Amino acid sequence: MENRDEIEDLVQSDYRYGFSSDIDSETIAPGLSEDVVRSISAKKNEPEWLLEFRLDALKRWRALPDPDWARLEIPPFDYDAISYWSAPKSMADRPQSLDEVDPQLLEVYEKLGIPLKEQEMLAGVAVDVVFDSVSVATTFKDKLEEAGVIFCSISEAVHRYPDMVKKYMGAVIPVSDNKHACLNSAVFSDGTFVYIPKNTRCPMELSTYFRINAENTGQFERTLIIADEGSYVSYLEGCTAPMRDENQLHAAVVELVAMDDAEIKYSTVQNWYPGDEEGRGGIYNFVTKRGLCAGKNSKISWTQVETGSAITWKYPSCVLRGEGSVGEFYSIALTNKKQQADTGTKMIHLGANTRSRIVAKGISAGRSNSTYRGLVSVHPKAANARNFTQCDSLLIGSQCGAHTTPYIESRNASAVVEHEATTSKLSEDQLFYCQQRGLSEEESVALLVSGFCREVLQQLPMEFAAEAQKLLGINLEGSVG
Amino acid sequence: MSNPMLEVCDLAVEIGGKRIINGMNLVVPAGEVHAIMGPNGAGKSTLSYAMAGRPGYDIVGGDILLDGQSILGLDVSERAAAGMFLALQYPVEIPGVANMSFLKTALESLAKARGQEKQATVEFMRQVKAEARALQISEDMLRRPLNVGFSGGEKKRNEALQLAMLAPKMAVLDETDSGLDIDALKIVAEGVNRMRDPARSFLVITHYQRLLDYIVPDQVHVLAAGKIVASGGADLARELEESGYAAYEAA
Repeated sequence: MENRDEIEDLVQSDYRYGFSSDIDSETIAPGLSEDVVRSISAKKNEPEWLLEFRLDALKRWRALPDPDWARLEIPPFDYDAISYWSAPKSMADRPQSLDEVDPQLLEVYEKLGIPLKEQEMLAGVAVDVVFDSVSVATTFKDKLEEAGVIFCSISEAVHRYPDMVKKYMGAVIPVSDNKHACLNSAVFSDGTFVYIPKNTRCPMELSTYFRINAENTGQFERTLIIADEGSYVSYLEGCTAPMRDENQLHAAVVELVAMDDAEIKYSTVQNWYPGDEEGRGGIYNFVTKRGLCAGKNSKISWTQVETGSAITWKYPSCVLRGEGSVGEFYSIALTNKKQQADTGTKMIHLGANTRSRIVAKGISAGRSNSTYRGLVSVHPKAANARNFTQCDSLLIGSQCGAHTTPYIESRNASAVVEHEATTSKLSEDQLFYCQQRGLSEEESVALLVSGFCREVLQQLPMEFAAEAQKLLGINLEGSVG
Repeated sequence: MSNPMLEVCDLAVEIGGKRIINGMNLVVPAGEVHAIMGPNGAGKSTLSYAMAGRPGYDIVGGDILLDGQSILGLDVSERAAAGMFLALQYPVEIPGVANMSFLKTALESLAKARGQEKQATVEFMRQVKAEARALQISEDMLRRPLNVGFSGGEKKRNEALQLAMLAPKMAVLDETDSGLDIDALKIVAEGVNRMRDPARSFLVITHYQRLLDYIVPDQVHVLAAGKIVASGGADLARELEESGYAAYEAA
């Protein structure tokens, strides 16, 4: 009725961060070939073993099929139409501090509401900024070095810490795990490397802001985080992208390794351009993220707020190998307009007394489709494994869809696996009540949605939670009726 | 200068094409408390939702003036910003949103809409705690998600808390007495009475006279079949309690 039209009107608002900045990029001509892989490796002056790693991946990639099991409609993709390398020109001379950073670049962050300097001072966050494909500014290095924490670009780590990189790169996510991860292994541009030494609590939250900028350039970030025995680190990843006409492929790989008694908390807020009303021009976000709880009593916790991208294909997972290790997955996936998301997690219980917890909140508005897909797998040796899964879907309007697809495999009789799921619609009573107390329609929707997501938002670090809540509101403007 | 706080002129309201309020007139001067009584189905709740601007309650004739200004062109939140408050018969549960932060958000939204500065947090905290104490609302209840798992009495006391914090010009209480035991009724009534002010008016909608023992109205109106069929002083409510609505319904 009239009321519903209003709800649908409310979701129609334009992407606020849709602008592009004019920075010259050195770009390799589009196309994927052995030569392209060799020239990426040469540009980065990589050792022979890494070139071999890339070439091997390229060979495997050609043989791998596209993953087709997700509830996604993915238009055929021409891998030879995109360019696999681009770096801001000003990178030739690497800036030593923010003062040396391209002011135009800083302006972009300003527009995004991410004033780096303010962040440094206020939040005490070390920021390793990935603009296009190369890390531009790394801050708080001294303080981290004092603690023995390594926080640098993966290219730098390849040269400075080759043993560690060689040992762990591809150890959690094998090169041919899936087609997207395999592509990343062949052409990854840059990314972040983190090592937390034994019994060290990382003195600050580590943060990387990703941003896709150069036109027609795929982004292939690679992140490797290693938490040694008894250490702790919280890592934040946040993204926004400028408006584009052409689809942009993003196939990142994130690998985490937690040793005995170590804990890694990995939080993501993702707001890439979702495309226009018809879904044209949005980002394809095909990301492979996996953490290995290698040591006993280790813990890996994924928290994600996914509001952007035209298509999201993403399953941050935990391999619980260490006895008594813990895996957590807290997720908010919001889709609007014609966005599609198929996201969830895999909890692989290998060791005894391992525990996992999954809380997934899906919000669908407009004509979007959202699927939670999760696997809980208990292996024969995982005695007394425990899993609790909770999936809640919230529908806004009547043209969207929400689906829940849990897979449970238990091969140990002592395991306990619980699954709860709910689906609800944003109620007119709630909207009216909020508005009667003075909240505008948009504020009401934002408040109701953030209430729905509270258990997940609570998992985010403070500043990030506020940002995420704002994003949920912005992305739902014009969606109610 | 001396506009009535609320004027309802020849109002006609339809729901889904069905006429519920039909040619209703009502004037509530500033500072007064008026009661609307009437049998089930008389249109009491429809009147309250229509005044608040709830979608689906279509005003097909007449006008509603708040402090001299027509509010028909305003949406729900704009009417709230203009000073209209409706305490609901069935307050709505809002999971995941703490009671206190809902109040703070509402106050900030109202301040923004009115172009006022928002209240300092310290001041807000002091005020909300003092008002909560007066309404016997525990701090735990302030932190819990709004209305989720609240008892009937707790919900109504919480509506009174919102009334006290939002301090509207025109407060409409829709069947606030329903589902309340006598102690809770007294607490809520006292809360309302504390809010009585020369610059604030109340419209108390109720089926029973009981609430009006504690919130004594300046005038009582009888609503039947979509219009006011009788008006009088507080005595009228007691007469109704004796004789019932049958005489009016027949009319």
